[in-house]
Amino acid sequence: MSRALIIHRCGPGTTVQDMGRPGHLEQGLSVGGAADITALHEGAALLGQPASTAALELASLGGIFEATADTRIALTGAPMPATIAGDPVAWNASHMLHRGQRLTLGNATRGNYSYLHLGGGIATDLFLGSRSVHLVAHIGSPVADGDTLPLGMDAGTATGQTLDTTDRFSGATIRIIPSVQTIRFDANTLSRLETTNFTRDPRGNRMGARMSFDGAPFAAEGQLNILSEMVVPGDIQVTGDGTPFVLLGECQTTGGYPRIGTVIPPDIALVAQARAGDPLQFQFITRDQALAIHKAHLSQLAGLPGNTRALIRNPHDIRDLLSYQLISGAIAGTEETS
Amino acid sequence: MARLPDTYPIIRDVGLTAKLISFSDHFSESANRAALAYRAALKAQAVEGIIEAAATLASVFVRFDPLILSHDTLHSHLSAVLDSADWFTAPLPAGRKLWCIPTVIGGKHGPQFIEAAQAAGRDPDAARQDIAGARIRVLALGFAPGQPYMGQLSPAWDIPRMTQLNPQVPGASLVVAIRQLIIFAGPAPTGWRHIGQTAFNCFRPNSDTPVALTPGDEVTFRGITDDELDHIRATDPSGNGGATFEALP
Repeated sequence: MSRALIIHRCGPGTTVQDMGRPGHLEQGLSVGGAADITALHEGAALLGQPASTAALELASLGGIFEATADTRIALTGAPMPATIAGDPVAWNASHMLHRGQRLTLGNATRGNYSYLHLGGGIATDLFLGSRSVHLVAHIGSPVADGDTLPLGMDAGTATGQTLDTTDRFSGATIRIIPSVQTIRFDANTLSRLETTNFTRDPRGNRMGARMSFDGAPFAAEGQLNILSEMVVPGDIQVTGDGTPFVLLGECQTTGGYPRIGTVIPPDIALVAQARAGDPLQFQFITRDQALAIHKAHLSQLAGLPGNTRALIRNPHDIRDLLSYQLISGAIAGTEETS
Repeated sequence: MARLPDTYPIIRDVGLTAKLISFSDHFSESANRAALAYRAALKAQAVEGIIEAAATLASVFVRFDPLILSHDTLHSHLSAVLDSADWFTAPLPAGRKLWCIPTVIGGKHGPQFIEAAQAAGRDPDAARQDIAGARIRVLALGFAPGQPYMGQLSPAWDIPRMTQLNPQVPGASLVVAIRQLIIFAGPAPTGWRHIGQTAFNCFRPNSDTPVALTPGDEVTFRGITDDELDHIRATDPSGNGGATFEALP
């Protein structure tokens, strides 16, 4: 039997995701892809495979999974309680899921989007260079209970790896830069954007996140007379009722609402991961500052594969401790060093 | 308040990794022509760091890698290309197609056709002829994959979008507002009036060419009956919905 992941149970927003499909804006297709690209990089680093490898994105709700052959897995993104064959396993870490064992993920304790990465990656069909399900464009569909997903060949063997991750699952101060219509908002309105304590509104999905706040609407001059033009993930549209709405990867390609600012690329995942009620604030920075942060972020992502380390398990958590070979493999102290 | 831009074309930042070259703040044939021609000119010159150039109604969007190509260098390049021609009168790009799309206009497949004709001040026969006789341009694709905004119809058709949305129009339906027509990519709510029905599939995820139309293509509509529509749906699996095309010179 070819390698596959069996989905015994999962939530309704569970989808296969990779980096999405850049380059098709003129055809009306937005990039889509994983809501938290950083989590994709982290999972790939833990398994020693390319960051473009497709993983399973779980939207807040966990599930029960099984592999048809021994399969390396990694868990990243919004933390979920996880067990393999009933034993708790660490988040932000790689593990071996033996054939027939069940991986059980509880609901996310913080954040919205969790990722199950598989050694060799999910091997569903490519469309325009990507395996990402794009719900808005009707490309692919969410996985459902009882589905099986084909897995690619896995060249790697390492498991039991972890890495340090940034906390992006509880709201944050979101750094923004001016966008096309920022100058259509007066200074007082722009100032209020920075001083308002927003929370993530429950209305939101992979297309975008609506902000909830107390206070006057954020009105622009000529609000209703903007000709439709390209919009991008991170853009903060101000909708007709004066509410900021941050566009995410599955946003429409064009829009006619004024954009008060744009979230810098490294902070888009922070908006995507904030769940309803989490606090969000916006802070304008300069383009040069944003470029420096963007560059540092990309370099940090590129460095992730070198920053994994062995997971140190707490002996109290190892139910079958006595079955482990704790001595063999240790050095005798007489080996030659070179 | 900062001074608003009053001279077009204008180059502005869209976030950190894109720029927008706008030819007008309102739609016009010449601004759309400028966007299409300018976008083709950009595409003809490979510049390292430019990832994507895309035309919409009256603007061109350029996505780039600011770590390879600096904002200033790109801005200079875009300005130089702007200055190299009168884009508002430039010829449209080569390689365009002329489409003929079979369409039921009015009746049960166009429940708001009469209402739209009234809004345009046209009697139903004249209105039907306006649509069936129109030869219009794909101005941009957007909102949904492959979904065309086509125009312009005659000035009578400058009818506003409805304030009350249509809860849902069917996929491949023909809708009208502001001198433009759209063939909807899929079922969706809209403020545009639903005046007809095609079998033209704007987006075909299982095809090698998932998007058939290209901005700049021209489109005509051939009036058909409800029965002909059913026949086309039953016999044309290509997604073209009986549409034919020829290359434009």
